[in-house]
Amino acid sequence: MTDPKYPRSEVNSEKCKGCGLCIAACPMHVLVESPKLNSKGYHFAEYVGKGCVGCGNCFYNCPEPDAILVYLKNYDPEKEV
Amino acid sequence: MKKTMLQKPKGFIDEYKHKAGAEKDRTHYCPGCGHGILHKLIAEALEDFGLVDETILISPVGCSVFAYYYFDTGNFQAAHGRAPAVATAASRANPDKIVISYQGDGDLAAIGGNNILQAANRGENIVVFFINNAIYGMTGGQMAPTTLEGQVTTTTPYGRNTDTDGFPIKMSEVLSQLTAPTYIERVSLHDAPHIRKTRNAVRKAIKNAKERKGFQFVEVLSTCPSGWKMDPVKSMKWVKEKMLPLYPLGVYRDLGDDAKITTRPVPVMDPVAVWEKLGISAEADVDFPRGDVAEEYRKLSIRVAGFGGQGIMVTGQALASVALEYGYNVSWLPSYGPEMRGGTANCSVNIQDGQIGAAEAVKPSMLLAMNRPSLEKFEEAVEPGGTLIYNSTLIDIEPTRADIKVFAIPITGIADELGNTRVQSMVNIGAYAAITDMFRVEDVIALLPKLFKGKKQAILDLNAKAVKAGFAYVKDNFK
Amino acid sequence: MARMLMKGNYAAVYGAAMAGCTAYYGYPITPASEIAESAASLFPKLGRTFLQAESEVAAINMVYGAAGSGQRVMTGSSGPGISLKLEGISYCAGAALPCVIVDIMRGGPGLGNIGPEQSDYNQVVKGGGHGNYSSIVLAPNSCQEMCDYTMKAFELADKYRTPVFVLTDGVIGQMMESVTIPEPVKELPDKSDYAVYGTPLHKNLVNSIYIDHDDLEEWNLTLHKKYQVIKKEEVMYEEYMMEDAEIAVIGYGSVSRVLRTAVDAARAKGIKMGLFRPVTLFPFPEKEIAAMPGKGVKHILTVELSTGQMVDDVNLALAGSIKSDLYFRLGGNVPSADEILGKISELYGEVK
Repeated sequence: MTDPKYPRSEVNSEKCKGCGLCIAACPMHVLVESPKLNSKGYHFAEYVGKGCVGCGNCFYNCPEPDAILVYLKNYDPEKEV
Repeated sequence: MKKTMLQKPKGFIDEYKHKAGAEKDRTHYCPGCGHGILHKLIAEALEDFGLVDETILISPVGCSVFAYYYFDTGNFQAAHGRAPAVATAASRANPDKIVISYQGDGDLAAIGGNNILQAANRGENIVVFFINNAIYGMTGGQMAPTTLEGQVTTTTPYGRNTDTDGFPIKMSEVLSQLTAPTYIERVSLHDAPHIRKTRNAVRKAIKNAKERKGFQFVEVLSTCPSGWKMDPVKSMKWVKEKMLPLYPLGVYRDLGDDAKITTRPVPVMDPVAVWEKLGISAEADVDFPRGDVAEEYRKLSIRVAGFGGQGIMVTGQALASVALEYGYNVSWLPSYGPEMRGGTANCSVNIQDGQIGAAEAVKPSMLLAMNRPSLEKFEEAVEPGGTLIYNSTLIDIEPTRADIKVFAIPITGIADELGNTRVQSMVNIGAYAAITDMFRVEDVIALLPKLFKGKKQAILDLNAKAVKAGFAYVKDNFK
Repeated sequence: MARMLMKGNYAAVYGAAMAGCTAYYGYPITPASEIAESAASLFPKLGRTFLQAESEVAAINMVYGAAGSGQRVMTGSSGPGISLKLEGISYCAGAALPCVIVDIMRGGPGLGNIGPEQSDYNQVVKGGGHGNYSSIVLAPNSCQEMCDYTMKAFELADKYRTPVFVLTDGVIGQMMESVTIPEPVKELPDKSDYAVYGTPLHKNLVNSIYIDHDDLEEWNLTLHKKYQVIKKEEVMYEEYMMEDAEIAVIGYGSVSRVLRTAVDAARAKGIKMGLFRPVTLFPFPEKEIAAMPGKGVKHILTVELSTGQMVDDVNLALAGSIKSDLYFRLGGNVPSADEILGKISELYGEVK
C-alpha cells in the first residue's frame, strides 16, 4: 500500500522560524530541518513526505499560529468548504 | 464537531493589523517562545467554545505586551502589573463576558504582586494565564521573582543569591492559600504530553469563566530561549530538569461544581428611578415661613466651640440644617488645625441670604462657647455688637467683653435635668431659636426625624424636650 | 426634596450619580475618604459598582478598565494618592479614555498633614505623569459646585475623551452646604467607536503603545491639537467687582471665598478691589488675566495655599506687562480676609 495523502503535516516555510520544537516533538521523526534557508534566514522545518500519524504534536508545539498545518486522518478534501 | 485539520485557530486575527511594520502575518515572538504555544491553545479554545466574540483580553507589559496584535477579541493593553485591576473593571462592566488577564512573571509576581493577590482574593470572575519563564524577556533577561537560585541573568550575573535576592516565588502555592479562587493549576509546556495537559487546563479555565465561576488561574512553566541564551529544544529540557523540581505541577485548587456563580447587579439608569432609589423627591422644596428676625441676626457667622463629646459638630450641623429649611444659604465647616488635638472641637456656621464668602467664622457675629477654654480662646474675636452664648454650667468665669450681648445659659445642666447630657445640642438649638427668632420650636421638632435619621421615637422625644427647655430658659430669663 | 445639606465630598458623588457614573474605584485617604464612603453608600442602591481597591494604583487602573469598557467612572483621592495615580492617569490620557478624578488637596510634601493646601496644583494642572498630556481641571469652591462640576466633568471627559480633574482642597471637601441635586442625565454618549464590550461589533483596542516613532509622534500631535481646542473652548472663570477694580486678587477653590469676603471688606473701605477666580485651571484663563492691565488693573495679588504654583500661570499670562505679587499660607493654615487686606495695604499702601 502506498503512503496515504492524509494524515499529513505541512510547514509554511516562510512563517517557520526554525526553532526545531516540532522536529523534537514528532514521535514518527518525519519532520526534519531543511538544508535550505527561508527569506528570514531560518532553516525551516520540512515534512519528509510520509509517515505522519496525525498526532498533532508538531502543531501544538509550534509557537507560530500558522507555520504548521496538520491534515488529520479523517480529512476529506471533498467535504471541506 | 470533530476536527479534520489543525490550523491557525479562529481566535487569532487573520491579519495582525495592529502590528507595527510590514510583517503582519507572523508574531513578534522569538523562535521557540512559549508565549506562542500558549497563545495558540487559548485561541483554539476560544474558537472551539464559540467565545471569540465574547472575550476581552488584557495584554500586560512584558513580551506579551503585544498579545493584542493576535487575538480577535476585545483588547486592552494595561500598565505594568495592573492587568488584574484592569480585568477587574472590565469584568464588572461586562459581567457576562470572558475576561482574560495574560501576564508574565515580572508583571504578575513582582510589580503587580498585590494586584493579582487582591483580584484573586476578591474572586474576580476572570481568567489569569501566568507565563512563568523565570526571567524578564522583554527588557533583556533580568532577574524575575521566579528566577531560580543560582540562575544567571543580566541582573544576577553571579547567579541568583538567595541571601540578597530572596527565593523564587511560587505563585500557585501562594494564591492557593486564599479562600476565593475557584481553580488554580500549574502546568508546563516542556513536551508534547504536557502541552496537552496545558491545553486541558486552558480549556477548563475558559469554560469555568463562561459559567461565571469566579477566579481561574493557570500558571504555565515556559521557556525564554533568548533570555536564557539556550536553543529552544534545550530550553524545554531545562524546564523539565530545573524548573519542575522547584515548581511542582498539578491542581492546587478546584472547587468544581461548588464554585460560586458570580452575579452582578444591573445599574439603574432611568432618571426617575435614580431619584426614587436615592430618596430624592421631585417635588419643589417648600421653605418654612420665616419669623420676624432682627436685623443683627439676618447674616450670622457663628463659632460653636467646646469639648469633643459636647455635641459641638451636631449643634453646628443642626443650626445649618434648620436654617436651610427657612431658605437661608448656610455653610458648616469643622475645625482644622492644632485645636483639634487638645480634645476640643469647634465648627463654623454661616447663615445668610446671598452668597457666603469665607466659611470659617474668623470674626464671628455669634459665639456659642460650651467650655471655658473655648470662651477664653474665641471671646476676643467676636465682632463688636455680636452675641455670646455660653454654657454657665461648666464655665466659672465671667465674659470680659462689654460691647457684645451675653447669654449665660446652663446648657449642660438643662440637659442633665432632662436625664441625658447628650441632648445639649438640642438645648442649644432651642436657646438659639429663642434669642434670634429665626426658628420656631415646632418647626425644629418637626425636623428632628430628619436630623436624627434612624433614631428611636424615645430619643426624638427627648430631643424635642431639650429644644423646648432651651427655648423656655431664654424666654424665662432674658426678656 | 432635591435640596440637602451635605459635605463637598458627598456632593461630588451625587454629581457623579446624576451624571450616570456607573463605577467608582477608590482607596481611602483623608480628607477625601467621604467620597469613597458616600459612593459605597449610594452606588449599591443604584446597582452600580463600588469597589475599594487594594491601592491608589489599582484604583486608577480599574478606572482605566472601566473607562475602556465604556463606563462613566470616577475615583477620588488626595495629594499622596494622586501622586501614586499619575502613572495610570497618563495611561488614560494616552489611550484617550474619559474619566473623572476628584482631588481633595491636603498638606505636603511627603505625608504632610490632612489640613487644606493647594499644593497639588502643579502635579494636576501640568499633566503630572509622564508624557505630553494635560487633564482638564475644574476647581469648585462650594458644595453645590462640587456636585455640578463633577457632573460637568463627566461631560467634558466624554466630549474630549480625556481625564478630567475636580480639584479642590480639604475646606470644600469637608464643609457642608446646601446642595440642590440636579436632575439625572437622560442619555449617555455612544462610545461604541472605542469601548471594549466583548461583542462581535466592538472588538476595539484600548492602548497607549505606538512602537513606531512616527506613529507616536502623530498620536502626540493629535493629542496636542485636542488640548489646543480645549484651551480655546473650555475656559471658565468668575469675576466679582472687577468692573472698576484697580487691585485684582486672584485665587481658586476655598481661597476664592476668603478673597470674596476680603473684597467686600475692601470695598467697604473704598478700596477698588475685585476678585478674579479661575474655575478651570487647565485651560487657564490666560487671556482674561492678560487683559487686566488694559482694563485699569494696577496691582495683581495671587493668593494660594501653596508657595506659588498657580502664580506661575498668572505671570505667564501677564508676560511681564505688570508686576504681580503672591501671598500664601501653608501647612493647613488658611488666610483670613483681614490678613489679605493687611497684605494689600502693605504692598499697595498708596491705594488707600
